[in-house]
Amino acid sequence: MPSPVISFQDYGFQYMAQAAPTLHHINLDIYPGEKVLIAGTSGSGKSTIGNCINGLIPFAYPGQKTGKLLVDGKEADTGSIFELSHTVGTVLQDTDGQFIGLTVGEDIAFAAENDCVPQDEMKQTVDKVAKLVDIDHHLQHAPHELSGGQKQRVSLAGVMVEDVKVLLFDEPLANLDPSAGRTTIELIDMVHERTGAAVIIIEHRLEDVLWRSVDRIVLMDEGKIIADMSTVKLLTGKNLLEHGIREPLYLTALRYAGVEINEALHPEHVEHLVLTEEHKAKVREWYQARKGDISSVGHGEELLRVEHLDFGYTPQRRTLQDVSFTIHKGEMVSIVGRNGAGKSTLAKLICGFEKPIGGSIYMEGRDLSDDTIKERAMRIGYVMQNPNQMISKPMIWDEVEMALVQSGMPKEERKERVEETLKVCGLYPFRNWPVSALSYGQKKRVTIASILVQRPQVIILDEPTAGQDYHHYTEIMEFLKELNGRGYTIMMITHDMHLMLEYTPRAIVFSEGRMLADTTAAHVLNNPELVKRANLKETSLYTLSMACGIDNPQVFTECFIGYEQKEGYNG
Amino acid sequence: MKKLSVKSVVAIGIGAALFFVLGKVSIPTPVPNTVISLQYAVEAVFATLFGPIVGMLIGFIGHTLLDATSYGPWWSWIIASAFVGLVIGVVTMKMEIGEGLDTKKIVRFNVAQVIAHLLAWGLVAPCLDILIYKEPLEKLFAQGMMAGISNIITTGIVGTLLLVAYAKTVVRRGSLNKED
Amino acid sequence: MANIAILSYLKRDSLVHELTGTTKLIFFIAWSVATMVTYDTRVLVVLLFLSIVIFKISKVRLYDIRIVLGLAVIFVVLNNLFVYLFAPEYGVELYESRTVLFTIAGPYTVTLQQLFYHLNMTMKVACVVPVALLFIACTDPSEFAASLASIGVSYRIGYSVSLALRYIPDVQREYHNISQAQQARGIDLSGKDKVLTRMKNSVAILLPLVLSSLNRIETVSNAMELRGFGKDKKRTWYSQRKMQRNDWLAIALAVVVFVADMTITFWDGSRYYNPFL
Repeated sequence: MPSPVISFQDYGFQYMAQAAPTLHHINLDIYPGEKVLIAGTSGSGKSTIGNCINGLIPFAYPGQKTGKLLVDGKEADTGSIFELSHTVGTVLQDTDGQFIGLTVGEDIAFAAENDCVPQDEMKQTVDKVAKLVDIDHHLQHAPHELSGGQKQRVSLAGVMVEDVKVLLFDEPLANLDPSAGRTTIELIDMVHERTGAAVIIIEHRLEDVLWRSVDRIVLMDEGKIIADMSTVKLLTGKNLLEHGIREPLYLTALRYAGVEINEALHPEHVEHLVLTEEHKAKVREWYQARKGDISSVGHGEELLRVEHLDFGYTPQRRTLQDVSFTIHKGEMVSIVGRNGAGKSTLAKLICGFEKPIGGSIYMEGRDLSDDTIKERAMRIGYVMQNPNQMISKPMIWDEVEMALVQSGMPKEERKERVEETLKVCGLYPFRNWPVSALSYGQKKRVTIASILVQRPQVIILDEPTAGQDYHHYTEIMEFLKELNGRGYTIMMITHDMHLMLEYTPRAIVFSEGRMLADTTAAHVLNNPELVKRANLKETSLYTLSMACGIDNPQVFTECFIGYEQKEGYNG
Repeated sequence: MKKLSVKSVVAIGIGAALFFVLGKVSIPTPVPNTVISLQYAVEAVFATLFGPIVGMLIGFIGHTLLDATSYGPWWSWIIASAFVGLVIGVVTMKMEIGEGLDTKKIVRFNVAQVIAHLLAWGLVAPCLDILIYKEPLEKLFAQGMMAGISNIITTGIVGTLLLVAYAKTVVRRGSLNKED
Repeated sequence: MANIAILSYLKRDSLVHELTGTTKLIFFIAWSVATMVTYDTRVLVVLLFLSIVIFKISKVRLYDIRIVLGLAVIFVVLNNLFVYLFAPEYGVELYESRTVLFTIAGPYTVTLQQLFYHLNMTMKVACVVPVALLFIACTDPSEFAASLASIGVSYRIGYSVSLALRYIPDVQREYHNISQAQQARGIDLSGKDKVLTRMKNSVAILLPLVLSSLNRIETVSNAMELRGFGKDKKRTWYSQRKMQRNDWLAIALAVVVFVADMTITFWDGSRYYNPFL
């Protein structure tokens, strides 16, 4: 047995600014060439483990450690971050932050430049690595000309110019649309095979990572290692849900149907499931018993109507073409499609941030063309993806009150309105807190409150759950569901397939500036043609239902969601 | 000279990008041909947070890029912008904003920015203009005073508000209690 | 995106483009200093002529730089106007003679000397603007950092410039998005509010922008350290190009112009050429 390339020995760590340790008694060995997934919720300590391995801890984030960490046989904190970078290559979550060069070529070469590698040699290495991750045709491109998936390839190439022994991926799926995420997992797998480096993936989206197999999974919670075992063992156990990680959908469906998840089932991958006839019969039975329950949602009155909307920053390049749809009162709708498909542009047009070059938008039958941004905001609220980009006052109360102050509303009335909004959003107990004391999910609530205070009828949210673990995702979505229940009409721009499936009965699909479909979420994801064109990803429920010989995967998916909402796990 | 830390290098780069972007956004004022230059407020905040060298280079690089992409560099004013960052950085040195902001610190920040702008626009820029471009004294001082006063007001208001807000966001969850 | 007048790199095939960034940087600095120093009309005429020739060679069309050129013209006109308003007799002082052409009103007399001063002042700007614009339009931004390093600037500072260029589009997009979302909440900087109110309002856009920039600084510096930035006294550059024959010729030209400029300007102990004496 070779010696481990990374070895945590009864390791603990406490950040300087924090009152309690983040990691406790970690014992973990990772061997050369292994592929390991470290899973856990945000705050579980999984990112801290990553930072210990690459040296950001203690060199950029100082603190107190106990025990030992050996990287490539040497104590990690005795050298420098530079020494460690020769052993460990890190791909950060924020691909824009990691893309430092002005062009792809420069960015890939960055580490070699710092190593004073002569230019000729550097160019050869860059070409070789770029070819490996299939970005060699874009060497002259600037970062804003690339998609999220392409930027990630550049990041990967950038750490591969050094012959590293360990490749560390920090939440590689966080900013990608579903199909780009899948490609990334395939890419990581390929790089793992070709280079023979040990691969560590830090992620909470278990099912997506398992698209390609890993050697073992380390499950973390509250700074401790809960489980360190093979994928099969972990999936057949009960650890996952208890520690806030969502198990693959097909396994949940099998459990609902009464199938026991054991090793004989080969549960790691939906395509390789070994289902006996008895299992399949159980799933079919479950499906037959429930398919009658599905109630179609009746339409309310028309609220927002978009007709033949056209838009482009230049006349030649249209970012939106001939978009028409109607939103009814009380609906909850997903707007889906790959990054850059025109979803955000649509939201900006509806809010009046940009002017369309053709077509019109109606609210309760009235043309909005002449309304200013401010006037529209009284009816349509827009919530940006990142709450930190919206919050502009240090105190919660002031932040929520801002729009009312701007509109010149008298103080008494303001107070009443703000209190009411804070209560609706569950923020009333925190009303005199600074925003900085809140968690991400609570900040999101503050931004939603700051919009609701103007009492709009429709709220448009841009990627409300991007980068959130299952717990925060559920928290945010359940809150939105509650608002929807109070009569607010909600439109969500998203590329999260679970969100669309679980929370929005209806989905409008975009691709390259055109509307591809306007149908039920389950229908979208069970239509391979649509899935492909919109860069989405079919769910494993589709594959499972096919394997069980169910004639209508769409209805099967709807049954699953219906069942989950009634009896499944919530938060 | 001590080497610039990697963080300082990045702070200069991003700070200069901010300086540039804000310089392009002109907020009109009732006085013709004068705009509120928000970039100086941000330069002042960065100089306070990251020190004089960072402040100076943000002014120098940011202003050079701004001029070079609009009408060709006007060196005397570029140097004055760099000088503003340098002076504010020196006067506010070791003033740890992260540990809270009191009236004393706010006063010091404002003393720093007033001195910096007065010297930069009242002395540095006009003198360089005389040296380089031989422009008449009367015009230069009138111009310098106008820019100086407008920048002092902008930095005083916007910069101070930013600094106060920033200090509040750094405060961590401590003795906060929920209220019913 | 808002229409922001901005000059950027224009990829063309020309002699000027072929020169390395280092050459262009040296040329640009020498040229700037030369025009800053001199007030000698004869020298300025030659420099102006040369800069127009260089502009022709670069294959950059006037149309490409019309916005920037327009701004430069406005700037020069206003500057001239202000100078005249504040010091209508400045030329007389400088050239120690007074030839009145006509009188506008009160102290505002138009003298030949004043006009000559304005001509010189305008030429000074006119000499440097084409070269400065060309420097921006013909130099691949990727070469900036390496060029600065090759003339002796610390590579750390050189890289700051590169980072500024890298993140300007990102910061711009972010500013744009934040200000749109805040407009929906009643924050409008171009509105009819009082200046003071607008300043306070601007904080609602600047605070999120500054906080997110501080986050960005943290991420980017982590990413750079993880890839070994700053470990050695020097570094190599992927996009640096080798000096060719033309580079040396261009630098030689810059040196000749610079030396000639200095010599002629200071020959008689004065920066001015005075035709009136």
